[in-house]
Amino acid sequence: MIEVMKPGLFTTIQDQGRWGYQAYGVGIAGALDPFALSAANLLVGNPEGAAGLEITLQGPTLKFQREAAVAITGADLDPKVDDQSIPLWACVLVPSGSTLSFQGRKSGVRAYLAVSGGMDVPRVMGSRSTYLLGKFGGLEGRALRAQDLLPMGISSGNSRDFVGRSFPGELRPPYRKNPTLRVVMGPFDEFFSEEGKKRFLSTPYAITAQSDRMGYRLQGMPITRQKKEELITCGLANGTIQVPPNGQPILLLVDRQTIGGYPIIATLIHADLPLVAQGAPGDELRFSVVSPEEGRQAYIRLWGNLKKYKRSAISGQPSA
Amino acid sequence: MDEDPRIRPAGDQALLVEFGTEISPEVNRRVQEFSRRASAHKVAGIGEMISSYCSALVYYDPFLLSYSQTTAWVKEFLGSRPAEEETAVPAKEVPVLYGGEHGPDLAFVARHNQLSEEEVIRLHTGQTYLVYVVGFSPGFTAMGIVPQKIQAPRLASPRTKVPAGSVGIGGVQTGIYAVESPGGWQLIGQTPLKLFDLEKDPPSFFQAGDCARFYAIDEKEFKKKESGIRIQAKKALGPVS
Repeated sequence: MIEVMKPGLFTTIQDQGRWGYQAYGVGIAGALDPFALSAANLLVGNPEGAAGLEITLQGPTLKFQREAAVAITGADLDPKVDDQSIPLWACVLVPSGSTLSFQGRKSGVRAYLAVSGGMDVPRVMGSRSTYLLGKFGGLEGRALRAQDLLPMGISSGNSRDFVGRSFPGELRPPYRKNPTLRVVMGPFDEFFSEEGKKRFLSTPYAITAQSDRMGYRLQGMPITRQKKEELITCGLANGTIQVPPNGQPILLLVDRQTIGGYPIIATLIHADLPLVAQGAPGDELRFSVVSPEEGRQAYIRLWGNLKKYKRSAISGQPSA
Repeated sequence: MDEDPRIRPAGDQALLVEFGTEISPEVNRRVQEFSRRASAHKVAGIGEMISSYCSALVYYDPFLLSYSQTTAWVKEFLGSRPAEEETAVPAKEVPVLYGGEHGPDLAFVARHNQLSEEEVIRLHTGQTYLVYVVGFSPGFTAMGIVPQKIQAPRLASPRTKVPAGSVGIGGVQTGIYAVESPGGWQLIGQTPLKLFDLEKDPPSFFQAGDCARFYAIDEKEFKKKESGIRIQAKKALGPVS
C-alpha cells in the first residue's frame, strides 16, 4: 500500500483509457499524456497499460508501506525520496517506509508516477482510469484525498532489476513551451470564413485558466463563421477543436463529452497530445495543418519510440 | 434522401460518416443501420463507433489502417447495404412521476404552450419515440420528435446539477438524464428506473435506435420502484457475512 499523506492539487489514477463505451455516453478518460505514462510503466517493468498517478502542478506526498520501483515522467515537479532529489524518466527504488514528495513545479504541468506492479484498483468497464463525470474508476471516481490508501499490484519480475534504467531524451516527445501543434482540418471547417481559418492557422491562442481534463478553453483572434446554420450534434474525437459562437476555440481532451454540437474547425493529431498535456494557462499554442496520413505517421513514429526503448531494455544495452 | 453519405476526417485516428444534415427519424435510422451492421462485421483495425443524429464517428487503429483504407472500407460497406430488413423494435416503457419537485419545469412547459399540466403529460405519454442518440454524459438518452404542442426551448442558463432519472424537453426532443450532471433541458418529471448501471453490460438501459414510451406514475409507485431498485442492488452485492 501507499499512504496518501497530502493529495496534491489534483491527483488521479489513470491508465490508457476506457475504450468501447462511448456509444453509451461513457468518456475515455485515461492519461492526458498517454506517452509519458506508458514510458513510466516500461521503466519499472510494468505493461504499458498499467495504471499510475497523473499529478497536476502540485504533487502529493506519498508514504510507501513496502518497497517499490518507481518512475516519474512528464512534467518536472522536482520529486524527492525522503531528502534526496530523484531523476525524472528513470527507475528509482523507494525503500519501505520512505516518503515520495514534490518540491514544486519546474516545467510542464502533468507528471506521471508508475510503481512496480501498478495501482491495483478494480477495473471498471475494462479500465482503471478515474472518470470524474461518471464518478467511477480509479479511487471511487475522484481525485486523491489525504489518508487514502493506494493498493499496489504484484510485480511480475524482481522490480530491483529495473532500478537505474532511464528513458533516453531522444525518444521522449519534443516537449516545449508555446508549441506549434499539428491538426487535421475538419470535420466541419467549411462552417468558417477564409479569414477565420487564416486567423486560426496564423495567430497564437493562449491556454486560459478554464482548462482541465475535459478541454482547454483558448483565447485569441476570434474565428469567424461563414455558415450560419447550426451543426447537428455529432460524435467527438480526442483532440477535437470546436468553436462556440464567441469564436474562441475549445480543445477537447480525454474527459470530454462524447457528443457535441459546436462546429469543429480542426482536430489535433494524437502525436501532439503529450505537448498539450504539458501546456499551462498563459502558454500560447499555434496550429499547423497536416493530412490524416501525416498525422498517423507521426503517431507511429512517436509510439514506436516505446518499442525502441523496450528492445534496448531487453537486450540489456545501456539505454541512456 | 438516399444520397451517398459524406466521409470527413476527424483527426488522424477517426472519421465521420455523415448521412444527412437534419434531425429526422429517416436519417437517424440510416445511421443506426450502418452502426449496427458495421459493429457486427468489424474488420481488424476498425474501432468503436459513436452514432449520433445524422452521423457516425468511426475510430480506427493507426497501426493497422490509414484514413484512405478506412474510407475505402466504409464505402465498400455502404455499397453492400442489404435490402432493408425493417425489424420492429418493441418500445421500452419508462415510468415517470411528472411535475412537482420531480419535474420543476412542467408548469413552464404548460404555460409556454397554453396547456394544462395534465395536457402536457397526456401528450408526452401519448406516442412512441425513437432514441436518436445516447451520449454527452453516461447514459443520457435523447429522443424525438416531441409533439409540437409541448415543445419548449432549452433553459437560458443550464442547471449545474440535474438529478439522475430526470425527464426533460429540449426543443423538439425529449430525453432522460441517466446520471446526475449539468443540463439545460426543461425538466417535466423523473423516472425511478436506473438508466445507467455499472454492473450491467451494456451499462446503458437505452441504446441508439431503441423505441421508448413514457407512462405516468404517482408518488407511491415512484417510491416503490425506487426501493425495488435498491433491493436489487443489495442482492447484486451478494450475502454479507
